[in-house]
Amino acid sequence: MQKKSLGTRFHIEKRASLPWHQSLIIRLLSVVAAFLVCALLTMIITGVDPASFISTMFYGSFGTPRKMWITAQNIAVLLCISLAVTPSFLMKFWNEGADGQILMASLASAACMIKLSDKLPNWLLIIVMLVLSVAAGALWAVIPAFFKAQFNTNETLFTLMLNYIATQIVAYFIVRWEVPKGSGQIGIINQSSEIGWFPQLFGSKYVFSILTAALMTVFIYAYIRYSKHGYELTVVGESTNTARYIGIDVKKVIVRTMALSGAMAGIVGFLLVSGINHTLTTTLTGGQGFTAVMVSWLAQFNPIAMIATSFLIIFLERGAIEISSAFTLNQSFSSILTGIILFFLIGSEFFVSYRIRRSANTEAGKEQE
Amino acid sequence: MFDITVFFPRAVAQGIPLLFGSTGETLTEKAGNLNLGIPGIMYVGGISGVIGAFLYEQNTSNFNPFLAVLIPFLASLAGSLIMGLIYSFLTITLRANQNVTGLALTTFGVGIGNFFGGSLIKLTGAEVPNISLSATSICFRKNLPFADKFGVFGNMFLKYGFLAYLAIIIALCVSYFLNRTQTGLHLRAVGENPSTADAAGINVTRYKYIATCIGSMIAGLGGLYYVMDYANGIWSNDGFGDRGWLAIALVIFTVWRPTLGILSSILFGGLYILYLYIPSGMNLSLKELYKMIPYVFTVVVLVISSVKNRRENQPPESLGLSFFREDR
Repeated sequence: MQKKSLGTRFHIEKRASLPWHQSLIIRLLSVVAAFLVCALLTMIITGVDPASFISTMFYGSFGTPRKMWITAQNIAVLLCISLAVTPSFLMKFWNEGADGQILMASLASAACMIKLSDKLPNWLLIIVMLVLSVAAGALWAVIPAFFKAQFNTNETLFTLMLNYIATQIVAYFIVRWEVPKGSGQIGIINQSSEIGWFPQLFGSKYVFSILTAALMTVFIYAYIRYSKHGYELTVVGESTNTARYIGIDVKKVIVRTMALSGAMAGIVGFLLVSGINHTLTTTLTGGQGFTAVMVSWLAQFNPIAMIATSFLIIFLERGAIEISSAFTLNQSFSSILTGIILFFLIGSEFFVSYRIRRSANTEAGKEQE
Repeated sequence: MFDITVFFPRAVAQGIPLLFGSTGETLTEKAGNLNLGIPGIMYVGGISGVIGAFLYEQNTSNFNPFLAVLIPFLASLAGSLIMGLIYSFLTITLRANQNVTGLALTTFGVGIGNFFGGSLIKLTGAEVPNISLSATSICFRKNLPFADKFGVFGNMFLKYGFLAYLAIIIALCVSYFLNRTQTGLHLRAVGENPSTADAAGINVTRYKYIATCIGSMIAGLGGLYYVMDYANGIWSNDGFGDRGWLAIALVIFTVWRPTLGILSSILFGGLYILYLYIPSGMNLSLKELYKMIPYVFTVVVLVISSVKNRRENQPPESLGLSFFREDR
C-alpha cells in the first residue's frame, strides 16, 4: 500500500494520527520558514536587513500603546468573522459570503442611526440596531442556504455574488444619504450627538470589540462541542447520508446553521458601525470575509486555535503595512506576505497528515519547504 | 438612444477577459481542480505583462512593435504559470484543500498586482509620473487595416486587437480538445473519477498539473487583455475588479462548455455595462442598483440550473477533491 513518488526511493503514506505537540511543531516550523522567505523577499525589494525587518514588524503591531490597542481590536474583529463562518464550514457549506452579510448588517445599523436618532432614546436605539443587524445578517445568509438545502445550488458562487449585490445595495444608500450632497460618502454619523454609538467600556473604545470576540469564542466553542445543534451540523458535514440515516433533518440543519453564521456576521456589522467606525462604506469589511475563511480553516475550525491564527494574520498585516509605509511602497505588500504565510501553512498540513518514507523503512519525513 | 453597433463592441471588450478566465477555469475543472485562485491569477497575468512592457519601454532605444507585444505576452504567461504551479503543488502534490488554497492564491495574486502596480516606478527608479504604456497598448490594439471598408460589419466584428480573436480561438481549441481527442477524454476521466483513470493507466498527477497550469496561463491572458487592450495600457489598482469571480461563475453558466462561453461571455460583458444605458435621469443612486444586474443574473442562473438538475449538465464528479491512490 505505498505510492511511488519523488523518484523510486520515496513513498508517501498516511499517518495514523499525530500527537498534538508534534503537529504543532510542524506548523510552527512552517511559520518560521514562511517568515524567513518573507524576510528574504522584503530584503530583495527594499534592501532592509533581516534584523530591522523583524523589529519593524514588531513595531507595526506593538510599537506604541495605541498600536497595541488597534492590533488587539483588529484581531478581535477578524476572530469574530472567523467564528461566524466556522459553523457553516464544519457543515462543509462553503460560505464565502461573510462580507455581504456584514455589509447588510452594517446597513441596518447605519439606517437606524440616521433615521431613528431623534425618535428613540439612545439605549433603545442601540438595542434596535443590534436586533436589526442580526436579522439582516441572518437573512442574507439564509437565502443561499435555502437554495442549497432545496436544490443543492452551488453555495460558493451564490454567497460570492451576494457579496457584490450587498455592496451595490450599500452603494445605493450611500448615494441617497451622502453628506454633503455629491461627496459620495456618508461621513461620521451623529458626530456631535454620538447617538447610536456604543458607549465606551472601562473608559476605552477598544474594549467592546475585544469583549465581543471573547464572548463569541466561548459561545461558538460551546455550541459546537456541547450542544445538540453542534452535533447535528458536524454529522451533516461528515456525511449527509449518515445524518439522514440517524434521523437528522438535513435541510433544516443547513438553514439553521447558516442563520446562525449570518447572525454572528450581523453582530460584527453592528460592532463595526456602532462600536468602531460610526460610518458606512462599501469597503467596511476590507475583504476580511475571505481572510476569515482561511483563518478558520487553518485553525482546523477550532475556536480556541483561531485566536492564534487571527493573531498571526493581523500581526503580519500590520507589520507589512509598517514596512510599506516606511519605504513608501504600496500597502498591498501585506497581502503578498499574508499569501506566503498561508501557502506555507496550507502546505504544512500535508506533513501533518502524511509522511514520506524511504523504501528501506528509514525515517525521512521532514519539512521540505 | 440605444445603438447596438456601439453597444456590441463594448460588450465584447468587457467579455473577452471573462472568456479567457472561464476557458482556463473550465480546462482546470475538467481535471477535477476547482481553482478559486483565478481572480488572483488574472491580476498576476495582467501585472506581469505590465512589468514586461514597462521594462522594455524604459530600456529600449528603438521600439520594435513585434517585441513590444511578444515580451509582455511571454511575461504574462510566465507569471500565470508560476501561479498555476503554486496551486498545483499545494493541491495536487500536497493534497491541500482546494477552496482554501484558491482563496489564498487570490489574496496573494491581487496583492502582487496592486503592490507592483503601486510600487513599480519606485522600485525601478524610473522617472515617469505613472505607468502608462500607450506605445505598447497601440501595438496590442492594432486591428486589421481593411476593417473600415466593411462599414458596420467591420466595426462590430473586425475592429478588435489580436487577443480578442485569440480568446475565441483558444475557446474553440479547448472545446475540440476536450470533446474530440483521446487526451481530452483522458483528462475528463481524471476529473470524473481519478481512481478509474489511474487504473486505466492514466497518469493522474501529470494530467492535473498540466491542465491546471495551462488553464492558469489562459486565464492570465484575460488580465493581459484587460490592461493592454481594454484599459489602453494604463494600470490602475483594483481596476480589474471582480471579473475573475464572474469568470468562475461563467463556467457554471456555460455548463463546462467553452464554445458556449464565447456567446455567454459577451452576454455577461453586456450585462456588466448595461447600467450605463438604463436611463435613470438625475437619480445617481439608481445607477448603483443597476450595477448589480450581472450578479443577480448569475444568481438566477445558478438557481435555475440547479433546479433543472440535468444529468449532462453536472460538474465533473471529483471536482474539488484531492486524489490519493491509497484512499478507497
